[in-house]
Amino acid sequence: MAAPPQGNAHKSNEAAPPLSDADRVGLFRDMVTIREFEEQVQRSYLEGLVHGTTHLCNGQEAVAVGVSKALRDDDYVTYTYRGHGHCLARGMDLEAAFAELFGRETGVCGGLGGSMHLTDVDRGLIGAFGIVGAGLPVAVGAGLSAQLAGREQVSVCFFGDGATNIGAFHEAMNMAQVWKLPVIFVCENNLYGEFSRIDHTTPYEDLTIRAGGYAMSAISVDGNDVEAVYGAAFPAVARARGGGGPTFLECKTYRHRGHSRTDPAKYREAGEVEAWMKRDPVTLSRAVLAANNLVSATEADRIVGEARSAAKAAADRAAAAAWPSAKQDFMARTFA
Amino acid sequence: MTDREITYREAIVAALQEEMRRDPKTLIMGEDIGASGGPFKTCQGLYEEFGAARVRDTPIAETGFVGAALGLALTGYRPIVEIMFADFLGVCYDQIVNGIAKHRFMSGGKVRVPIVIRALGGAGLRFGAQHSQTAESWMLSVPGLKIICPSSPAEAYGMLKAAVRDDNPVLVLEHKALLSMKGNVPVGSDDAAMPTGPRVLRPGKDATIVASLAMVGKALTAAEQLHAEGIEAEVIDIRVLRPLDVTAVSESVRRTNILVTVEEQSPTGGWSSDVVADVVSQAFDYLDAPPARVTLPDHPLPYSPGLEDAAIPSPEKIAATVRSLL
Repeated sequence: MAAPPQGNAHKSNEAAPPLSDADRVGLFRDMVTIREFEEQVQRSYLEGLVHGTTHLCNGQEAVAVGVSKALRDDDYVTYTYRGHGHCLARGMDLEAAFAELFGRETGVCGGLGGSMHLTDVDRGLIGAFGIVGAGLPVAVGAGLSAQLAGREQVSVCFFGDGATNIGAFHEAMNMAQVWKLPVIFVCENNLYGEFSRIDHTTPYEDLTIRAGGYAMSAISVDGNDVEAVYGAAFPAVARARGGGGPTFLECKTYRHRGHSRTDPAKYREAGEVEAWMKRDPVTLSRAVLAANNLVSATEADRIVGEARSAAKAAADRAAAAAWPSAKQDFMARTFA
Repeated sequence: MTDREITYREAIVAALQEEMRRDPKTLIMGEDIGASGGPFKTCQGLYEEFGAARVRDTPIAETGFVGAALGLALTGYRPIVEIMFADFLGVCYDQIVNGIAKHRFMSGGKVRVPIVIRALGGAGLRFGAQHSQTAESWMLSVPGLKIICPSSPAEAYGMLKAAVRDDNPVLVLEHKALLSMKGNVPVGSDDAAMPTGPRVLRPGKDATIVASLAMVGKALTAAEQLHAEGIEAEVIDIRVLRPLDVTAVSESVRRTNILVTVEEQSPTGGWSSDVVADVVSQAFDYLDAPPARVTLPDHPLPYSPGLEDAAIPSPEKIAATVRSLL
């Protein structure tokens, strides 16, 4: 059983600007929003409102929130089937997200995409990829686009540890480095690729070793410490904006639940989940804010309660929305 | 605009050059297409005119650069990619069929995916089984793609210009054995309409022959041989594999009552099966004989020249097939 990591962000030459008190509370609130969204997804699934399957990101919220804090609105992001958190961290409307999961007309993709394919290009959310690793070359293309346009945008791809074993990862890493593209490869190392623990599939748990093969700058950070993630992401993003090329950012984190709805995750060793729950990113953040007298227990409870109510209200509105018309022009959805 | 006699290869270059001049958001990526001009010289002179940023040599990594095309398309560019050998489409299959083809639909129709994937395929150059396929059938069943097949310099020019202007993913399957074929091309033309269906290249009343790519020329030669015997075969270039519209073929069959298809692919799962199925549905009562399909044999293409030649449908085989149905 791997011990949960302690904060170990490497030093960087351009430190992140200090977070204001309001920023620090905001990071907590954003994580709580994602957590309560996912909890509501779970309840809605059991009520029969979410169809097929869904991949919850409980436990990994700090990665999406910490990295997104370092981004601009006009940056590009690709992500995966476990992508609800990335979308919410970029400001996707809760109701539109729920409605998509519920397969409704008001969904962010009109009910044609589903849980695994939340897309919202107006927020730079250019694509959720259901095929492991497939979003990485796409993020490289967006990075090339940013480089060509010369607007100092960056492109970020979120992916799991499992994706570092597929060819698309290696082709994308290589191209980004050869072309010095503004791409941040954010690896959410949650120790499991579907049902398989990393030591069954990958020769090492330190995935920054992968970046070494491409002579790419790499940082490893405690992915459950949202401020540490921000602190590691910011210099990488700043360097990319300035033409300094890509960075591989490994965020060591943990998936609280199984791979998907049908996975009870019984393959995990006794005590592993409990050990990681002590380093739950929401709990950690709450403790940090309390220790700094920024958020009292009452206030933190209020933030959680508000997020829970907001998720419930959004889900209720989404559940009341109409089903998509079977008579809509599907060919117009297929071809422009 | 002037009609000039140029080669199929030159027609590809002219189309790329004109469309890249026309729209600064276009760019082309591929293996050795920069200063080298492309392994088949289909990008000759582009690097010198447009520079390394828009005529981009890539690593040998089809998944990487075809995937990158999607990222470019989603962020305002109109990428063109060259797949050096159509056989290599297999390497980036996922990016095309699960990514590029579906992205607009999965977004609820909100994004546009203007991507041209040019792939050079085809047999007859003694390149062996991994460098000789047309790959026409590989993506035939993928919704969200347009697939077009130029059989002449004029088609190569017009189709590619249309593909670059199209706001959707277009797979342009070019044929290596046609690269030195000469023909009149309206160079400088601003007309670039996407082909919507088959084109009748030679009228005839006795039989309908439908072919694609290099098989179009073989079918025309077969029609000439049959003409000497007093048999008038109508030759149709299928041109557009996706979306497949065989209305023009059915109209032809209503007049000729005989259908023969010629496809440079193995016999199963290709476009000719769909053409036969649709024509039977649309013009069953007009058929005087069961439709016949001339294809490659159902094994990989051999290398040895005599064996490769024997595998590729010949004008003689096509003509004999027509005769057998009359």
